[in-house]
Amino acid sequence: MSSTETDYLHIVTQDRISPRRRDLGRVMIWGSAAILFVLIVIQSLDQFSSLDFGFTTWRPTLYAYFFWATCLCWAQVILHGEQGKRRLFILPAVLFVISMVIFPLIFALGIAFSSWNLSSPDGRQFNGFDNAREMWTDPFYWNALKNMVWYILAIIPEYIIAFCLAVLLNAQIKARKFFRVAFLMPLMLSPVAVSWMIGKSMLEIRFGPISRLARTLGWDNPSFFGSDEIARFMIMVMDAWTFIPFMMIMILAGLQAIPKELHEAAEVDGAPPWKKFWEITFPLMLPVSITAILIRIIFKLKLADIIINVTSGGPGGATDSVTSFIYREYRDRSNVGYGTFLAIVYLVLIVIFMTFLIKMAERWSKPRY
Amino acid sequence: MSKQIFFDSKNDLSFKPKRFLGKTVIYLILIFWAIICLFPIYWTVTTTFKAAPDVMKGNLVPWWDFKPKWLGLKSLGLSPDRIFVESTVREEFLKRFWNSMFAAVGSSTLAVLLGSCTAYGLSRFKYRFGFMRNSDISFFFLSQLILPPVVLALPFLVLYKELALLDTRVGLIALYTLTVLPIVIWIMKDQFSSIPTELEEAALVDGLSIWGAFLTIIMPIALPGMVAAFIISLVLTWNEYFFAALLTSSHAKTLPVMVASQTGSQGISWWSMAALSLAAILPLIIIAIILERYIIKGMAAGAVK
Repeated sequence: MSSTETDYLHIVTQDRISPRRRDLGRVMIWGSAAILFVLIVIQSLDQFSSLDFGFTTWRPTLYAYFFWATCLCWAQVILHGEQGKRRLFILPAVLFVISMVIFPLIFALGIAFSSWNLSSPDGRQFNGFDNAREMWTDPFYWNALKNMVWYILAIIPEYIIAFCLAVLLNAQIKARKFFRVAFLMPLMLSPVAVSWMIGKSMLEIRFGPISRLARTLGWDNPSFFGSDEIARFMIMVMDAWTFIPFMMIMILAGLQAIPKELHEAAEVDGAPPWKKFWEITFPLMLPVSITAILIRIIFKLKLADIIINVTSGGPGGATDSVTSFIYREYRDRSNVGYGTFLAIVYLVLIVIFMTFLIKMAERWSKPRY
Repeated sequence: MSKQIFFDSKNDLSFKPKRFLGKTVIYLILIFWAIICLFPIYWTVTTTFKAAPDVMKGNLVPWWDFKPKWLGLKSLGLSPDRIFVESTVREEFLKRFWNSMFAAVGSSTLAVLLGSCTAYGLSRFKYRFGFMRNSDISFFFLSQLILPPVVLALPFLVLYKELALLDTRVGLIALYTLTVLPIVIWIMKDQFSSIPTELEEAALVDGLSIWGAFLTIIMPIALPGMVAAFIISLVLTWNEYFFAALLTSSHAKTLPVMVASQTGSQGISWWSMAALSLAAILPLIIIAIILERYIIKGMAAGAVK
């Protein structure tokens, strides 16, 4: 990592770094790395062979890692002076993310190809591609993936509603602040609380207010989680309810950034409102819309809390998302190996899907003349 | 009295039914949606004070068709007659509440500190890290957003077990920081790139170091953005359920996990569930009302470039 001559911020610095100082910096990095390495070796021996040094956890290695990371950051300043101080801005976050994501992911790959039941005393056993074979014949996993497609498609109506609300909020209205706060509210609520508030109490068949409403409207025996389609639809509605404000606010911000002159010019030219919307507002909103939808898709792919708490996947897996399915796979059978394999497959699918979407989005949001 | 010179145009004076109708429809839709947004909260608040018969009769308006009772708060040991008496329920509840508070505030603070530094570095200097340039490093951080929690959950379960971090607040804070860090970096990058570099250049000429300039000149200017990032992180971490459900059991259990574990049991009374849900949503409702503009600012960061 090094800063090149053409930074956005131009600074001229003179750093005279003496050889002694340079040596000190190197000793700090490599010395702390050696301590970390030795500790890892000792702890591995303790864990995997008959030698016993009396360790109960891997905490010492963790502390050694912290020590190494601190030394690495500090040594940057000692070794490189001003340049090192610049690196210090991003180095802690880089180290943090690498140790919290890359390392566990590699670890996850190891787990994914093994049979590992946390409650059984056998421990971890490498089983090659058995998990893949099991996944291939697991109807529930494919069903969960299929449900995810439905859940993603539900974003389209969400987007339309959010866009309409944003347009209304952008109009000349009184009490705009009240409406903005009110519309924002669902986003603040914890999905777990929402799943009780709406899923378990308001949709309760006997006493819930929505069931009462349904009965007065002529649905004699309302059952919201009985049949597959209705249950899935209810999950979509609840998730939409919490996340529509998010898209609405992004679109509202985009609407407010459109210069007023454009609308005035269109008005002078005598464009009817509908045409004004389609030919000015909507095309200008395209980049914002695409960003909002992409972020919404990312959040939708993580959908689990409401499903776990309201239907726990039922009836018969009709509402399962991949996350909730793996969660139950672990909770019910504590099979870490198989669950991790499914999660990794899901990750690969997501990465492919998102890369494709982002590429398409780049193409769509480019202005065409 | 002088003669009136200016007259309103006939067009403006005439009552426009179409325009009036349009306004009415707009307000009707807005009010309808406001009811959709607020009714579940209203329902939860009122149910906290309802006895079983009131729930079954579907009474909605307090003092008019039912008499509010302290049942919900009593079940948490927070009603006026219980608040000064020793109560195990209250202690349990408060423990969960503080766990949530610590996890949310701790991880949001950490994420804002780490994320601001990173965003500042990325918006001011050009880095090279192997083949990675600035845009790649930004993408590396932002791509963490795509990572579904379920991929990390099981490896962390095993890792935390080995590190004795399972069921601790520290472990939870570390994971939560990771989940909100990309969002913070996104918001802060937007914030810093709107601050002109001349400001630091002036400060550097006056003899401040780069960190001095960052801490004393730039941070105060970027404070609104930091508040926005902090609040959005707070919302996400306070509501987080998935990791908490897997990685905590008795000691570090957070409020959402407590709410979820109560929903499972059938015999639980409505008023106590309502009180618990209310406790889980109330802090953020208050924050939303007071700091609404920061939340909107934070979410709009990505929208307008």
